[in-house]
Amino acid sequence: MIRPFEIIETIKMIQEENLDIRTITMGISLRDCCSHDGNIARQKIYDKITRLAANLVKVGEDIEKEYGIPIINKRISVTPISLIAESSDEEDYVKFAQTMDKAADAVGVNFIGGFSALVHKGYTNGDKKLIQSIPEALSITKKVCSSVNLATTKTGINMDAVREMGQIIKKSAHLTSDSGGLACAKLVVFANAPEDNPFMAGAFHGIGEPECVINVGVSGPGTVKCALAKVKGADFETVSETIKKTAFKITRIGQLVAREASNRLGVSFGIVDLSLAPTPAIGDSVAYILEEMGLEKCGTHGTTAALALLNDAVKKGGTMASSFVGGLSGAFIPVSEDAGMIGAVVDGALSIEKLEAMTCVCSVGLDMIVVPGDTSAETISAIIADEAAIGVVNNKTTAVRIIPAPGKKVGDMVEFGGLLGSGPVMKVNQFSSKEFIDRGGRIPAPLHSLRN
Amino acid sequence: MRAIVTVIGKDKVGIIASLSNILANCNVNILDISQTTMQDVFTMIMLVDISGLSISFSDLAVQLEKKGIEIGLSVSIQHEDIFNSMHQI
Repeated sequence: MIRPFEIIETIKMIQEENLDIRTITMGISLRDCCSHDGNIARQKIYDKITRLAANLVKVGEDIEKEYGIPIINKRISVTPISLIAESSDEEDYVKFAQTMDKAADAVGVNFIGGFSALVHKGYTNGDKKLIQSIPEALSITKKVCSSVNLATTKTGINMDAVREMGQIIKKSAHLTSDSGGLACAKLVVFANAPEDNPFMAGAFHGIGEPECVINVGVSGPGTVKCALAKVKGADFETVSETIKKTAFKITRIGQLVAREASNRLGVSFGIVDLSLAPTPAIGDSVAYILEEMGLEKCGTHGTTAALALLNDAVKKGGTMASSFVGGLSGAFIPVSEDAGMIGAVVDGALSIEKLEAMTCVCSVGLDMIVVPGDTSAETISAIIADEAAIGVVNNKTTAVRIIPAPGKKVGDMVEFGGLLGSGPVMKVNQFSSKEFIDRGGRIPAPLHSLRN
Repeated sequence: MRAIVTVIGKDKVGIIASLSNILANCNVNILDISQTTMQDVFTMIMLVDISGLSISFSDLAVQLEKKGIEIGLSVSIQHEDIFNSMHQI
């Protein structure tokens, strides 16, 4: 039988340290929903999503009750819509987003991802139309998330897309100016986007994925922080071992939930994503883990090293606990969703430049960063280009989710609500990148992409 | 199918009596009980067999939770697999 202190440890992790399953995401292929008639395509999309995901929320809630582990989000990701919608003769894809929103409402999930385009080497006609539809689509829908992959290590960086996404982000913020530019919080720009990521806003169902699949994202920064608090002053070997053991335990629960959910739904099990995803709740912060390691404030010198250790140890512990690991799998550092990150920015310890350095050693990238409303589209494009370069050269995923909050200045706070939290407006470099961004074209793939 | 009932709080008369009454009414067999005091907190752990459960799992969880509130203790029931998967390879 299991020993009592192990039972108590598990219960403590859940009740006091915010251990939870962050998301069960059902990936659904829409590749059989194409039609020359947009109305037919949308009907097929709606029918397929509501048929396959009909029981998703109920199964999630049942598992939550039976195992006593909170499952925070139930979500859906679909095939990038540009691939489906471009068979139709329509010019505007906003209606496809509305259909996704309606289907998400019908099955009760809180987000649906996949209003996406993959343009890392260039645009098709459908990609162009989809990207142009993003601002309106995200401003009139509630649950739809959008992503654009504009660079890979194999293909280099599509700088035309980089330029355009700066403008799209500005426009999205403008259309939702009454809510602080909320549409931008649902839009991610990727380099090396994973095809099986369960986390929003960047989830989509990749073209190599099966018909329908269950991917699970675990969480638990609070649990890691509490474990580290017990080894105060110990050397880094102990720190690393402690994180590994904790990550193992967290991931085992993710694996259990993923298996159980896929069995009950009759859908294949995809991956467990080993990301440490913070929430705005006090105690559920990645920044606090770094501070627990001995940094006065997240963002000070030593932060990148601390994050590198954390990220590596989480992967080492988690890999052994799950039969399939995928998605983003690394620590997230979204500013507005992490109480410690917000505190570090407010206190002047954490800047965009430091965050950029941190993205070299962890998953994702500049995530939920709020910048002044008067930041130019070219500056946003240049920030995207920098992140894409880090991803492409280092063979890793990077992303940018940036919100130029209309009318806001450095030092203001912008409230998004719920899991998106509230973000302090951060300073950007005042010098122009316009001529650089105006060049357009493609930045070639790096030499080490030639591996064959 | 087995589950673990956990009771945490201050020790008092009649904890086992009131909980086992609920379990018996739902046709749940108690397989093992252990109790300890950890860091001044009374902890009781019951391993129960729920294969013959006569009501739904979530209804049983609610009943136990309510009883817990009534007697001033935290009572929860969870499928044993969550502990097995976390602590055993």
